[in-house]
Amino acid sequence: MHTELAVAAARESAHRATARARLIRAWLPTLSLALVLGAIAWLNPRAISYFGFGLMLNLAVPIVLATIAQLFVISGNELDLSIGSFVSFVGCVTATWLHETPWLGVAALLGAVCVYAAIGALIYVRNLPSIVVTLGMSFVWQGLAVLMLPKPGGKAPQWLQSISAFAMPWVPLPIVAAAAIAAIVHLGLMRTSYGAILRGSGGNPAALARAGWSLLKTKMVLFALAGLFGVLSGMSLISITTSADANIGSGYTLLAIAGVILGGGEFIGGRVSPIGAVVGALTMALAASPLLTFMNIPPDWQVAANGAILIVVLAARALVSRRED
Amino acid sequence: MVRSRALLAKPWLWSFLGAFAVWLATIAFTGGRGGGGMLSAALALAQFTVIVGIGQMFVITLGPGNVDLSLPANIGLASAVAMKVMGGSDSMIVAGLLAALACGTAIGAANYALIRALRIPPIIATLSASFIIQSADISYGRGLQIKPPPGFADFTNLQLFGIPILAILTAAISVVAAIALHRMAFGRSVLAIGQNSRAAWLAGTPVERTRALTYTLSGALGGIDGALLAGYFRGANVDIGNEYLLASLAVVVIGGTSVAGGRANVPGLWGAALFLVLLLTMLNTFGVSAGVRLLVTGLVIVAVIAVAGDQGAHR
Repeated sequence: MHTELAVAAARESAHRATARARLIRAWLPTLSLALVLGAIAWLNPRAISYFGFGLMLNLAVPIVLATIAQLFVISGNELDLSIGSFVSFVGCVTATWLHETPWLGVAALLGAVCVYAAIGALIYVRNLPSIVVTLGMSFVWQGLAVLMLPKPGGKAPQWLQSISAFAMPWVPLPIVAAAAIAAIVHLGLMRTSYGAILRGSGGNPAALARAGWSLLKTKMVLFALAGLFGVLSGMSLISITTSADANIGSGYTLLAIAGVILGGGEFIGGRVSPIGAVVGALTMALAASPLLTFMNIPPDWQVAANGAILIVVLAARALVSRRED
Repeated sequence: MVRSRALLAKPWLWSFLGAFAVWLATIAFTGGRGGGGMLSAALALAQFTVIVGIGQMFVITLGPGNVDLSLPANIGLASAVAMKVMGGSDSMIVAGLLAALACGTAIGAANYALIRALRIPPIIATLSASFIIQSADISYGRGLQIKPPPGFADFTNLQLFGIPILAILTAAISVVAAIALHRMAFGRSVLAIGQNSRAAWLAGTPVERTRALTYTLSGALGGIDGALLAGYFRGANVDIGNEYLLASLAVVVIGGTSVAGGRANVPGLWGAALFLVLLLTMLNTFGVSAGVRLLVTGLVIVAVIAVAGDQGAHR
């Protein structure tokens, strides 16, 4: 009797330790964002203001959107190495066709989303490694971007510019937009039944197939969603920069992967967190912000700051996960 | 029928056929002129891809999720280190090469340390490392006069009966790699881990030591490649390794190595590298614009992989 109680108590405490580790793990992305913000506040208190955030997070929305695009692909156990050049391509379409002949621009962007879905289908049907296929596609998008805009230029449509120029009261627009994106994707992917199916296609594809769901369809939907958010990312980027060039999104591939992983996503098993990914993307956006230049971090080492943050957060997560096991 | 099935079972043969077809198309366009020169130029460029391709092949053979994304940054930093150590003087060539080798080896070992210590997927480990290496390269290479010593530049451009001397050396490295892969404990261990890492571990294969060696090898080959590239193109710069991420992955996959791990192929690397280089040569000969060149390269890679594809990969 006593031993049974002791076993139960031990099980209870082990359970609680696991729950605590899970909680820490869930809050890690937010914690790392708070740490980066703390460092910024310490180095330059004036940055923590409406104006400062507006500046630091100027380019956060496109990074958040590209990160969400990557999140959908990673949910299905794949990886998209073409999202950066896709954003460049969308940027070039936005600054040329969408501005001059809107119907052509809309058709091109819709077509691009269909191409993404087709890539998902190709990867599934031919059982191909997504890394290599999307790396090949990155050349295709880059080539199309160069063809559309051989020299930097173009102009963002007026309506697009006015959206991003909108001044929110109290809270800077990028923060509101990021929160809205996080909420929408969280509801769609984590709270709806088809969202669970989509994640399940990464978690246990065999079980899902046996239950009668089409893995081809889930893969196509995930890639189409990635394409859609890639389009939104490119458009929002151009709304801020107002003109485009063929390499404008080249850094986004790596930033987007880093954002998803920072936010608690895992490569295998469909374990992703939209809210975490948005927080991760904001952390990356801050770390890559031009404001770092004013903080005695030479521009040469800004890319390294991204890598260092990634390594530190993953190290912290490894420590926590070890307790979770 | 039997023969065609045997051919299909060797997908790397296609890469040589593809390379040959592209070469034929190009000399048909030029009316038969410059076919030989084109081949030796293609060999010279292809061997740079083969060197990093060998490292990437061993890494990918370890199984799903294993990939070295730090190669471009590694090549960039090693090229700067080599040129700085050589300092434009012929007497320092060997020291510079050794420095680049040491730099690449250290990067490879650091990659593995990150994978092992943080228990994170190699993709993220090598990606994070590449951010830091890239910054180190930008910072280190700033304001340097990064030109190779004349002796080194001449050596990397040297030809023996129309065959670039570097291609001969890389062929020798390839032979060693093939022997290591199929006949030595190291290569057999890599293959065993790629087929089933748990079974390999139960059978007493030193799994972690093999993985450590594999990532270090990939780093070391990247370092050597960086030094040679800087010699061949007469100067180091930060972007010198950029194209070698896609190239190294593409030659491994097109060359018939299984992305699911456990099956590798060395000769295929040469066929695929020649195919990619000759494809670019052909597009240049046709005089297409940069955009079309990128577009066609991407489409051809996707198409080739889609056709050669399905290797029974279990992701």
